[in-house]
Amino acid sequence: MNKLFASIKKQPIWIFVLACFVFFSFASPYFFDTGNFTNILVQASTIGLIALGMTFVMINGNIDLSVGATLALAASLAVGLQPELGITGAVLVGLLSGILIGALNGIIAWKTGVDAFIVTLGAMIGVRGLVFIYTGEESFYAQDLAYSDFGASEVFFIPVMAFIFIFMTVVSHLLLKYTIHGRNVFAVGGNRAAAKEAGIRVGPHMLFNFIFVGFMAALSGILLSTEMGASTPNLGRDYELWTITAVVLGGTRLTGGYGSIIGTLGGVLAIAILRNGMNLLQVPSFYVLIILGSILIIVLFIDKRFSEQQGQGVGA
Amino acid sequence: MKALLDSFRPGLTNREITPLQFFGKHGITIAFFLCVVIFSLTTDKFLSTDNFFKVVMQASIIGTIALGVTFVVIGGNLDLSVGSLLSFATVLVVDLHDKVGPGMAIPLMFVFTLLIGSVNGFLIGYLRLNSLIVTLGMLSAIQGITLVYTGGKNVDISNDENTWFDIFGRGDLFGIPVPALIFIVSAIVLQVVLLKTSFGRKVFAIGGNGTAALFSGLRRNRLVFSTYLLSAFTTACAALILGSRVMGSQNNVGQGYELLVLAGVILGGTSLLGGSGSIVRTVIGVLILALIQNGLQLLGYPYYSQWLVTWVVIIAAVWLDIAAKRGKLFSSY
Amino acid sequence: MHVETAQSNESANLQPDQKPLLRLKNVSKSFPGVKALDNVDLDVRAGEVHALLGENGAGKSTLMKILAGIYKPDGGEVILEDQLVTMSSPLEARDHGVLLIHQELSLVPDMSVAENVFLGNLPRFGGMLVNNRQLNQRCGEILERLNCKFQPTDPLGHLSIANQQMVEIARALVFQPKVVVFDEPTASLTDYEKVVLFGVIRELKESGTAIVYISHRMDEIFELSDRITVLRDGTYQGTFETAQTNEDEVTQCMIGRDLDADIEHEPPELGNKALKVDGLGIEGLYSDISFDVHVGEVVGFYGLVGAGRTEVMETIFGLRKPDTGSVQINGEDLVINSPCDAIDHGLGLVPESRKEQGLVLGMSCKDNTTLANISKFTKFGWIDTAAERTIFEEYMEKLRIKCPGWEYETLNLSGGNQQKVVIGKWLSTSPKILILDEPTRGIDVGSKSEIHHLIRELAKSGLAVIVVSSEMPEVLTVSDRIVAMYDGRITQCFDRNEVTEDTLIRAITGQTV
Repeated sequence: MNKLFASIKKQPIWIFVLACFVFFSFASPYFFDTGNFTNILVQASTIGLIALGMTFVMINGNIDLSVGATLALAASLAVGLQPELGITGAVLVGLLSGILIGALNGIIAWKTGVDAFIVTLGAMIGVRGLVFIYTGEESFYAQDLAYSDFGASEVFFIPVMAFIFIFMTVVSHLLLKYTIHGRNVFAVGGNRAAAKEAGIRVGPHMLFNFIFVGFMAALSGILLSTEMGASTPNLGRDYELWTITAVVLGGTRLTGGYGSIIGTLGGVLAIAILRNGMNLLQVPSFYVLIILGSILIIVLFIDKRFSEQQGQGVGA
Repeated sequence: MKALLDSFRPGLTNREITPLQFFGKHGITIAFFLCVVIFSLTTDKFLSTDNFFKVVMQASIIGTIALGVTFVVIGGNLDLSVGSLLSFATVLVVDLHDKVGPGMAIPLMFVFTLLIGSVNGFLIGYLRLNSLIVTLGMLSAIQGITLVYTGGKNVDISNDENTWFDIFGRGDLFGIPVPALIFIVSAIVLQVVLLKTSFGRKVFAIGGNGTAALFSGLRRNRLVFSTYLLSAFTTACAALILGSRVMGSQNNVGQGYELLVLAGVILGGTSLLGGSGSIVRTVIGVLILALIQNGLQLLGYPYYSQWLVTWVVIIAAVWLDIAAKRGKLFSSY
Repeated sequence: MHVETAQSNESANLQPDQKPLLRLKNVSKSFPGVKALDNVDLDVRAGEVHALLGENGAGKSTLMKILAGIYKPDGGEVILEDQLVTMSSPLEARDHGVLLIHQELSLVPDMSVAENVFLGNLPRFGGMLVNNRQLNQRCGEILERLNCKFQPTDPLGHLSIANQQMVEIARALVFQPKVVVFDEPTASLTDYEKVVLFGVIRELKESGTAIVYISHRMDEIFELSDRITVLRDGTYQGTFETAQTNEDEVTQCMIGRDLDADIEHEPPELGNKALKVDGLGIEGLYSDISFDVHVGEVVGFYGLVGAGRTEVMETIFGLRKPDTGSVQINGEDLVINSPCDAIDHGLGLVPESRKEQGLVLGMSCKDNTTLANISKFTKFGWIDTAAERTIFEEYMEKLRIKCPGWEYETLNLSGGNQQKVVIGKWLSTSPKILILDEPTRGIDVGSKSEIHHLIRELAKSGLAVIVVSSEMPEVLTVSDRIVAMYDGRITQCFDRNEVTEDTLIRAITGQTV
């Protein structure tokens, strides 16, 4: 129990999540309801899956702006290739496309030494171009109803998207917390020079993270397309921004070296609960944008004050 | 040949320049002329005054914003909120046009846009918060404010025949389209400001080494603040062009512009770390993006094919720049 | 007294029982503008503590970085156990059993102690997973050997600097090293921690490890070492058996001819009180700092790194807010909130770190020179470049800055010339009070002496000058009065004429009453 409190202290976003939870439970009669809770999880899963991968990339001290475009590419391939390859084949190609884009980003960032921000900014524009070329600006609709049925199906009484999200959260948490890779990701992000000197190979770890986030973006895109039974070329626009917002809200440091999957989960849930609750209260969705933007800045401000109290530096 | 190479670095004639360094320094200019030559040879419409102005017109909105953002980036920060801010300003000026007339709408739009810019500047300059996150938050907040303002509806100017407001987007002056004129004149003015005034010098200093600038008595906070005011100002100018050209506005018209703007700035060789960069090169960077767009369209490719080329060009440009500084093509870790 | 020269050293090495474990032969290394090492020899035997001695900039750190594989030598050989080795990365050096304990810590603050100790070398579990149990257990054993009070699971960022230093040492012990290099390990340690560290070093030595120990502090070196090698200006000066030499001899060898001997110390003609500081204090950093500086004199601030000298100067310059006390300039009570205010009141600060605080390295010499008073060269926002060039060329000549031209980037200048550009920057603001913080750190001896002369001249020409330094010869050379600081307090003030090295050392180590 003490451990729980300690970890909440480290994760201020969970206080916000709890506060939102309590607030909406009282404010809306429809909020406190298991049906609504699974709803929130489903809504959270799209951004959430990518955010899990992004957490690795950001703890490592990088950033990936191309996830929204990757998501659209995977979704388009997974839907568009079904007539030729069948559902399984198309989905596999979709997932593979995410892995490949991630690998490409990782290799470019590793071998050329160009900052990941710029590499993935380029990819964000370029991959969207690929999507448009492949789709010819068309939306695709899944002909086979089995595909969209999957998105609506349930595993152990919870919707499959929510299940996959929870499952991947656990996997990511274990990967970050208990593997050599996870530990080295912290080391590289925390002090790159020291990590290099200690013999940690910075490049391969970075590559793995980009592949992982690419895979997660593809997975998220395919799940989104099963839910909609379709894919559109503009799918996932601005998702990179939402993902980064969720991860930063979850306490992951932008410069790397600090962060956690539990925190990211909090960040993702904060956004989802806020959206869901405001929606139930029939507040127009634009206010959510303003509130989220402000919260992001306030979290940053509080975090800065905390770290300034710890270390006294030159001011003015 | 050596004399030619040396002529690019006056005062340092005794230093050897490797081919890698040469291309790193001038690759962007070479790429620019390469684009011109290739498109001139492959299409017959490319090399004409009309088409030239078309390219500059196409570049003018992103380009004008990029001018202000160049100052922000040289100062060592980022601005991701310019896309949302462009939506906001365009919606505002279009909506106010019918309500208070263009003569009042334009100054009001500038005031409110600068106000938002000053919020950015305050948070980043005076509170010293991370610029990427702050402008990311502002991106969504400004988008929200715009939607709240319009109630989610698009706005337009009801009587677009009977107003002088169309001059900014559609007018000509001395045979030059006004958007192109706004872009070119602002570019010249800002290039002079960057190179010849103490403000420009100080922006370089805070971006190059903020601590040393502080130790030299520069008011870092105030300078960062001003760069955000400047980027808000150029965004407002771009909104003027956009609103006047379309005579209406969707409330998310600027979505995604922040990254295209950044692409232009980066392509121009301005380092994201701050302390280096130039307006002229940003203009070249933005023009290359517009040239690619224009050339590919003339060649009959769909508009989105330019995005693929942009991808390659951005990474190649920055790679070359880094490789030249490193002296090696590939990094060693 | 027996002194081995470079030649007789050869024969000493031939004795079978004293075969060197590690040998550097004719090692050279140059950086742009500086020859850091010139044909340096060093041999280290198993089971000895070999002290490496030299002034700042003598080339000790460069030599160590070559040993640790961080730098590659331009020429010469590194021989380990009779085998010629090349160590082109710290990893390779580690594989050869050569480990460097850094002066500046290279740790990851957000990770645990154990994770830092086993950084890049975590115990595994089934190939992929971290074996936390073994990690903490093995780390615990090493910490116990080092007598450390903290736990393997503690976050590193919560430890004191001294304890972080211990973690750094623990890291080396993981590898059963053959040679361990300590680069000024005691700079931030308390006396008790020092005793513990020395115990560890002796234990390592007895277990047959060769120790190279770099330090400025004579007492430590004579307490700990078996042999001493002295470097000066990047050249090998000789190796001494510690038992057969004394401090005077080593010091003589280290300092060599005194380049600054021609500086005269006539008592200065004191002008008005230019600066008066009264009861200045910042909680946790320093307290109750009172002193004054007159026009025409140089006041030296002497103390160990971390004594609070730099922080005092930064406060006077408006970079920090004092909790207590006041600053008077020319008899006027002032509140200085920013460097900008400070400059307006005629203050100048040549900061401690010229690369981080002094220069915008990507900017030209000219631009750096005028950075602090750019408004003077500006009319209606417009910079008068011609005037800028004139002023830079004036200072280039006056300070003898060696650089190809006014538009040359300061990045490519040597340390001494960089420092002169920083000094030029402040002189061009025509200050009345100039503070120089470690003005000659990492600068070659020639430039050093030039800067010392310059400081004297500046005072003579009517400036009030404060010099902060950790080097006793420097303080003694340039100052008219010396203020000694220890642990955030002023312990004593000396007149140049009444001070002895001994009293000065006592004052800065807190041994005065």
